[in-house]
Amino acid sequence: MSDVSQPVAHPPVTDWVNDFDHTDPQWTDDPFPIWDELRAASPVVRTERFLGCYMPTTYEAVREIANDTEHFSSRRIIVRDVRPEISRNAAPPITSDPPVHKPAKQLLLPPFTPDAMKKLEPRMRAICNELIDGFIADGKVDAAARYSKYIPVQAIAHMLGIPESDSDLFINWIHMILELGIKDENMLLQAVHEMSDYFRTHIEARRSRPTDDLISYLMNAKDKEGNPLEDSHVLGSLRLLLIAGIDTTWSAIGSSLWHLARTPADRERLIAEPALIPTAVEELLRAYSPVTMAREVVKETTISGCPVKAGNMVLLSFPAANRDPKMFPDADKVVIDRRENRHAAFGLGIHRCVGSNLARMEMQVAIEEWLKRIPDFRLDPAGTVTWSQGTVRGPRQLPFLLGKAI
Amino acid sequence: MAERLKVHVDPDKCQGHARCKALAPELFELDEYGNAHEAGDGTVPPGLEDKAWLAKSNCPEIAIDVIEE
Repeated sequence: MSDVSQPVAHPPVTDWVNDFDHTDPQWTDDPFPIWDELRAASPVVRTERFLGCYMPTTYEAVREIANDTEHFSSRRIIVRDVRPEISRNAAPPITSDPPVHKPAKQLLLPPFTPDAMKKLEPRMRAICNELIDGFIADGKVDAAARYSKYIPVQAIAHMLGIPESDSDLFINWIHMILELGIKDENMLLQAVHEMSDYFRTHIEARRSRPTDDLISYLMNAKDKEGNPLEDSHVLGSLRLLLIAGIDTTWSAIGSSLWHLARTPADRERLIAEPALIPTAVEELLRAYSPVTMAREVVKETTISGCPVKAGNMVLLSFPAANRDPKMFPDADKVVIDRRENRHAAFGLGIHRCVGSNLARMEMQVAIEEWLKRIPDFRLDPAGTVTWSQGTVRGPRQLPFLLGKAI
Repeated sequence: MAERLKVHVDPDKCQGHARCKALAPELFELDEYGNAHEAGDGTVPPGLEDKAWLAKSNCPEIAIDVIEE
């Protein structure tokens, strides 16, 4: 156990261009000026931290890397302090490269099509309203802790066929993996272990009594040769669906409400024109993209003219790409009726987020139902907004006052 | 003759973002995996030209062509 390193505090960043760190408190609080500085310096920057890591800073450089599976592997998808051994079925298909990626991805796609999501929509509306019922009379609420958090958890629990009442368990595992796990290997291993045990119990129960949910769906799935998936593949994909389905959309809904709390004009427009909400959701996804992925350089190449060497990680910041003014006019402004919006919030290339249709539906429903019942709200000056660190960015504390300001 | 438009989805580029289906449901269809193809032979009925261009300009994979005939 001696080589499992203890978490080490990172020194504060003083030179962003040559020493960036996406876990630095300054990045967590307000990453946008940092990305502008990095982009102005070079399309690709590098840090010695995380055992060596590049970051593409332009939309074009991000697209090049996302589409290049020959030089960039997905076997590691989180930039961390350590690089432990790779396990084969970590979380397919997000951790898979071609040629094994495609069949693993195709297995997961049918349950997440837009039509499949429409069937889930009434349950989502009911969940949103039950959550609002719980706090609307109080006149104030932490919307991250009591609203945006529970919408995606309950949706994915519903799809997987696991109890919605286990929500806090899932949220804790995800915090341990995506935030604490960047610097603390033991924390990550413990969460993965507990999560795997949890799913093994649910898989066992379904062997004698199959159910109509995603766990049974994966247990019954066959590969191209007609063989059932290995148990480790089923477990890996279940871990992926739980991890990827929760604090991503939690963050996206939270950031959207944060924006609307601070921007009465946008709020009023969406209340007057609810048909604009899907367009606004795309713009909020662009401006406040929650998810930063990673790749590992496995073969030397150049990206946007910059040499990139094997052995380094790549911080694949879709959020920074989406703020590139060369791609998006007024990139630093939220334009809720933006007509042309090729944002990369769900990734680009073969690893496009499997749950993008689910996330979009959840965001639209969450904002619609909130605005119907709470047309007026604002940040509570007595509280503090806090943001998650690292791989997924969104508000974790979002204190609002509800109702018209007096 | 007024110009006629046709849309085409490059199946090798499409990754199933489904933006085209959301913006121009009359012009695109999704398969069982959620990947898009043009409806019928891709001919854009009169009045839907704007939607064709909108779908093209919102495809993150640049997989959609609008062809002027």
